[in-house]
Order: sequence, then structure tokens, then C-alpha cells
Amino acid sequence: MNGGQDLGGMQGFGPLGLEADEPWFHAPWERRVFAMAMAMGLTGTWNLDASRAARESLPPGEYLTSSYYRIWFRALESQVQQHGLVEAGELAAGAALAPPAPVARVLKAEEVAPLFARGFPSDRPVAIPARFAVGDEVRAKVVNPTGHTRLPRYVRGRTGTVERIHGGFVFPDSNAAFAGEAPQWLYTVRFPGVELWGEDAEPGLTVSVNAFESYLEPARADAA
Amino acid sequence: MAQDHDHPQDHDHPQDHDHPHDHHHHDHPHGSDLSPMDLRVRALESILVEKGYVDPAALDVLIETYETKVGPHNGARVVARAWVDPAFKARLLQDGSAAMRELDVGGRGGEHMVVVENTPDEHNLVVCTLCSCYPWPVLGLPPVWYKSPPYRSRAVIDPRGVLAEFGTALPAQTRIRVWDSTAELRYMVLPMRPPGTDHLDEAALAGLVTRDSMIGTGLPSSPDQGDRA
Repeated sequence: MNGGQDLGGMQGFGPLGLEADEPWFHAPWERRVFAMAMAMGLTGTWNLDASRAARESLPPGEYLTSSYYRIWFRALESQVQQHGLVEAGELAAGAALAPPAPVARVLKAEEVAPLFARGFPSDRPVAIPARFAVGDEVRAKVVNPTGHTRLPRYVRGRTGTVERIHGGFVFPDSNAAFAGEAPQWLYTVRFPGVELWGEDAEPGLTVSVNAFESYLEPARADAA
Repeated sequence: MAQDHDHPQDHDHPQDHDHPHDHHHHDHPHGSDLSPMDLRVRALESILVEKGYVDPAALDVLIETYETKVGPHNGARVVARAWVDPAFKARLLQDGSAAMRELDVGGRGGEHMVVVENTPDEHNLVVCTLCSCYPWPVLGLPPVWYKSPPYRSRAVIDPRGVLAEFGTALPAQTRIRVWDSTAELRYMVLPMRPPGTDHLDEAALAGLVTRDSMIGTGLPSSPDQGDRA
């Protein structure tokens, strides 16, 4: 969705807010939100793409003025309700009032190190051959899906070059909607700065994004 | 939540009445020390724990892991090895995750690592315009600025201005390549080895590798600056 998360190329946010010797967390609650988001993600109730979708569903005004862990917290609050794990009345009361719903897994302390050291790969086999080859000129489609997507607005309609093919990966747009992993070929597409920003672009600048195959079309009608 | 009248701006505003219950007047002995967000997050955690969805001991281990074990010292080891071992560097640029596993570096957020090499002609800068994608196993959790609108908006359109704010000046002829982490690939910049470091061993070299030099917003320390990593 064209929400508050899609920030590339926006202007006017001011200084970067750099902080010397920045701590990992800025308040005790941030630690707990971080860990709860990780642990609840592993209950198997939702996936990472769905969590990103929940975060970017916050109204833009709130998204843009919230700290990142606050965004995570607000998304977690809505996810646990949406999936029937916690009721609104329980959040209001600050206590469990209803029996728990079943979850696929509860993360144990001793599982953290092996699970997080191994990671959670998102590459998947894709049965069909890749549509594009390295060097192909491709255009990012002009699309405005209301659901989750990982095609940023600033490249939509712009032409770039396929620089690398990474294999098949879980397709976030589908996975976030619980419509299956539907893996697709993933590419790195490199755009010249002038193509994205016009003649005032930083000289020599290029910007590369990772683009799923269905985000792309041949730049010339007679190609591919 | 219907009664969610909170100030979106920030978490620990003392006047911020954003805890989930309007009647939260327990006169808890430590209550006055806790921000409204602390109270609200505590409430959610206690519900999740009571209902058996999370084990608080697992939360503690997660926090401890990412506060004490995972951080830019891991990435610095990878960079220093690449500086002293050309064959390792070649493997690292070919398949980042596989090469890092040789050094026992890897895991969540580093499953699909892509390492991009700075040269005198080309400088790499990593951003996630859409959220906060960041290579956790090599850099740890991202700093606030990396996740915030100013950096995420400007890195792709005004990278040299962003670098200037970091105090990083590149030669005018150095081209900038920006990598927007829009999928599950995670990027780490391999900075150039600073001049005057021929006498340093791998561990000393790792001490010159800053977090920001692996994001591309900074450069490694020079040996006379000492260890700022």
C-alpha cells in the first residue's frame, strides 16, 4: 500500500538524528517489544511479511511520528487481536480474561540460540525458468496495490537493468495476505539516478532494488 | 483501542496518557518511574505470558543475545579477514552468507548476505526505504537513524548530502551506488582498507572497522585515530 512506510525520495524530514554511542534500546519497554515481536512471530500465527504489512497499515501520520519500536508495538497489538489471541477487553484490562487460543509453537529459552543462529531462509525453488536475464532492460510496473508490496513507489514506471538473478524467494505480496508463499524469481535491478530523479540527480548515482519477477515488464514491447 | 488517545510523537512523554487502562492507579511503589509506554508494554507482556504464548525466559535470552552477543564486532571480523585474505574476499563477494559461516557469523537477518565492495571509483551505501532491513548477524540491531524517515527518505535521492551529515566526504569523481534492501537480501559494505595499515594484524585491522563503514555512511578509522569501532 502507498502508506507511510514508502519513504524513498520524500523530502523535508530534517536532520538524520545521529546519536553518539547509541544504546541498543532507548527505554526498558523497547527491549520487551523487540523480544515479544520475535517470540510471537515464532508462534506460527503469522509471518514476517504479515508483520511488515501490519506495521505499514498504521495511518501515515502516526507511522511517520512514531519511534520504530512503537510501530512494532502498535502492530503487535493489532496482530494479536486480529488473530484471536488477545481480546480488546484484555488489552484494556491489562490481564488475561479469556482462555488462550492454540498456537503452533511457544519459543523456549534454550531454542533461541540455535534457531536464531540458523536463521529463517526465504529462498524457495521456482518451477518455471526466469523470465529475464542479466543485462535485460526492464521497467518496474506502475501498480498501486492496496495490500503489502515491496516495490517502492520511486521506481514504479522507471527503467533499469537486471544486474543479478538471485533465485526463487517467498513472494511477500502473497505471503503477507496469507495467500501462500507463491515463490518468484528475485532480481537486482539497477536504476540510473537521472531515471529516478531527473537531471538534478547526483552525477553517476545508481540505485538498486531487489524486485520480484511480477513487479517487472520488458522495457521494450518487442523484448522478452 | 478505543481509548487510545496517545501522543504518537514519542514514548516517554510524562504527560502521555497512553496506557491501556484509564484506571491504572495501583500506586505501585515503582509506578512513578515507569513511562506510560512501559506500563502498556508490560500489560501486553503479562497477557501474552498468562495465556502461554510467550515464555518470559525466552524474551530475556533474546534481549541478552542482541544486547551482548550480536553486533558490529562480527562484521568487523569479516571485513578484516577479507582485507588480509584475498581468497576469502573472493568467496565473500561471491556468496556472503557462505563465506561468513567460515567465521561462525550468520543467522537471522543474514540468511542471504550480499557484500558490496567499495573502490576508489565507487562507494556503496545501504538503506531500507520500506522498513528497517539490516544485516543483524554482522551489525546487530539497527540504530534509530537507520529506521527513521530522514535517512530512509534521503539516502536514495541525496546520498552525498546524507554522507556529509555523517562527516563523510568522498572525492567528487567517486560514484555512489545505493542499495535499497527491498527483499530478504541483506547488504554489507566491504570498505577499503585504510592506507598505512600494512603493519597491522587481522585483530588490529578489525578494530578500525566501524559500524557505519559497513553501512556505507562512514569510512574505517585510520590507524592513528585508534579504535573507534
